Amino acid sequence: MSKTLFDKVWDTHVVRKIEGGPDVLFIDRHLIHEVTSPVAFLGLKTRGISVLYPDRTFATADHNTPTINQHLPVADPLSANQLDALESNSKEYGISYWGLGHQKNGIVHVVGPEYGITQPGATIVCGDSHTSTHGAFGAIAFGIGTSEVEMVLANQCIMQPKPKKMRINVNGKLGVGVTPKDVALFIISKLTTSGATGYFVEYAGDVFENMSMEGRMTVCNLSIEMGARGGMIAPDETTINYVKGREFSPKGEAWDKALAYYKTLKTDADAVFDKELTFDGSAIEPMITYGTNPGMGMGISHDIPDAAQVEGGAATYEKSLNYMGFHEGDSMIGKPVDFVFVGSCTNGRIEDFRAFTSLVKGRHKADNVTAWLVPGSHIVESQIKEEGLLDILTEAGFSLRQPGCSACLAMNDDKVPAGKYAVSTSNRNFEGRQGPGARTMLASPLVAAAAAVTGVVTDPRTLIEELV
Amino acid sequence: MAYDKFEILRSTAVPLPIENIDTDQIIPARFLKATERVGFGDNLFRDWRYNADNTPKADFVLNNPVYSGKILVGGKNFGSGSSREHAAWAVYDYGFRCVVSSFFADIFRNNCLNVGVLPVQVSPEFAEKIFAAIHADPETELEVNLSAQTITLLKTGEKEAFDISPYKKDNMLNGFDDIDYLQSIKGEIEEFAANLPL
Repeated sequence: MSKTLFDKVWDTHVVRKIEGGPDVLFIDRHLIHEVTSPVAFLGLKTRGISVLYPDRTFATADHNTPTINQHLPVADPLSANQLDALESNSKEYGISYWGLGHQKNGIVHVVGPEYGITQPGATIVCGDSHTSTHGAFGAIAFGIGTSEVEMVLANQCIMQPKPKKMRINVNGKLGVGVTPKDVALFIISKLTTSGATGYFVEYAGDVFENMSMEGRMTVCNLSIEMGARGGMIAPDETTINYVKGREFSPKGEAWDKALAYYKTLKTDADAVFDKELTFDGSAIEPMITYGTNPGMGMGISHDIPDAAQVEGGAATYEKSLNYMGFHEGDSMIGKPVDFVFVGSCTNGRIEDFRAFTSLVKGRHKADNVTAWLVPGSHIVESQIKEEGLLDILTEAGFSLRQPGCSACLAMNDDKVPAGKYAVSTSNRNFEGRQGPGARTMLASPLVAAAAAVTGVVTDPRTLIEELV
Repeated sequence: MAYDKFEILRSTAVPLPIENIDTDQIIPARFLKATERVGFGDNLFRDWRYNADNTPKADFVLNNPVYSGKILVGGKNFGSGSSREHAAWAVYDYGFRCVVSSFFADIFRNNCLNVGVLPVQVSPEFAEKIFAAIHADPETELEVNLSAQTITLLKTGEKEAFDISPYKKDNMLNGFDDIDYLQSIKGEIEEFAANLPL
């Protein structure tokens, strides 16, 4: 019988099907961090059971970590306590641990792929919803709750009903200034934040085929923002070239065997999806959000829609615009910007800093803007320096912080103050997400760069000289 | 973590008819720094519930003494956003045993089932009926019967059936969890792992 890519990977990992219940799904790789794991370890201790496969679990500290002076002790005692718990639990159970100060430390969804932990055809979970990132490699990857973290530590399995399948096709040539982030925000704006709930998404079409691994990770990362459990893209030459030779990637004979397996990982021509959508890539503009969920986005040159034009209740819509201080019919162009954040598991990779730098080169940071440029890992940080990007950024009045989740969810000191506006390359513009009362506009690194140098929301295309 | 068995819950309900209530509202990130599962109820809906100076916001429903009960009725797409199970812990710790909505986000629904909060998905029409009934009379009682898989407005007797997987239903009725099950098939898991393609 014909199968989708998702079917192939899922079915390969089903240990047992429960009549009238979930599948018992074997998990190849488990990524853990300090926030969602301590109570899971406590559960293991209470039950008196151990970690079944410690070598399949990898721990990194990211959510609670400062992005300056990482050599100093973490000042917030609660954060420090959580980081200590991750370290001691990892040591106690024999799990590899990349804590603050470790060369491999960084955002869990950035370092996983960089070290080859993320592989095509694998099942990958983490107590973090943006685990969907790893689907870019043709893996089934999704976020889980702490009870499930405990489950995977104890038995390397989770119990899940098989989701429905959706394929989203985007074909055509992307316009100047249109990045993978815009493609994702465009899709979410069309589907809303619940449009893919219950589904696992496969992205297909030449827009994704022509996309770099970094770009594919950005797109899959945001799958969760339309409600999907995850998103995935079939592995191809781009994927294989990225995976080959990384520290935890298969080597020698194991690589040959893996490669043969990777090549089977694509949707059969006549496989059927529960839902299929197609969009024209050439119609996508640089995007920006104006509301308090990632579905409330639009092309940057448009005006904020009236409540009557959007799905959902008018009262909820009005609440959202009130929080943002915006009005129906407003243009976003020219709106004030106080903070610019480039980073997070969505846009903290090297390609994002290349894009940002390309636009600020030869320009200067606006005085009214505080810019937080936060690489997702030490590898990204090194690349920024080695490629000469740091020199350009410094010349333009910017500085670089140290790797971590930073202002994406403001668990550390990087908080946008109440009432202030941030153009953010992260993934969520929920009320208070970047600090209590903070107002977040989600956008690509190019839109962030345009805001950073002009001090207001600006269409990056007006600053790209090549544009005819 | 084991939780109390869930059979029949009869209670008044707290209405929160806002759509897309995300987990950052249910429990903001800055309250996720604990290493034990205690005290999260104090910060349930923190930023909607309290002013910056920690005084309660009078217009938020949890601060309105007229509304109380073990059932929270939320708007469509309840629990979107983060995988943080802390959101479900906060709901449970505050004293809710059941959340009713016309649509739930996936991970939040799973997390609820894993910590002993029953997510009851009703039709948009029935959700409206519940909101209207509570609005008309905050003493309105709902009955959630897990065995029968029904939710009933007791005053009028109007009821609707809801879905739950037989496996999860059995777990909640008996207070079991998935780890109990997985531990019982450990040998099978190890054998499976030895024969994976990678």
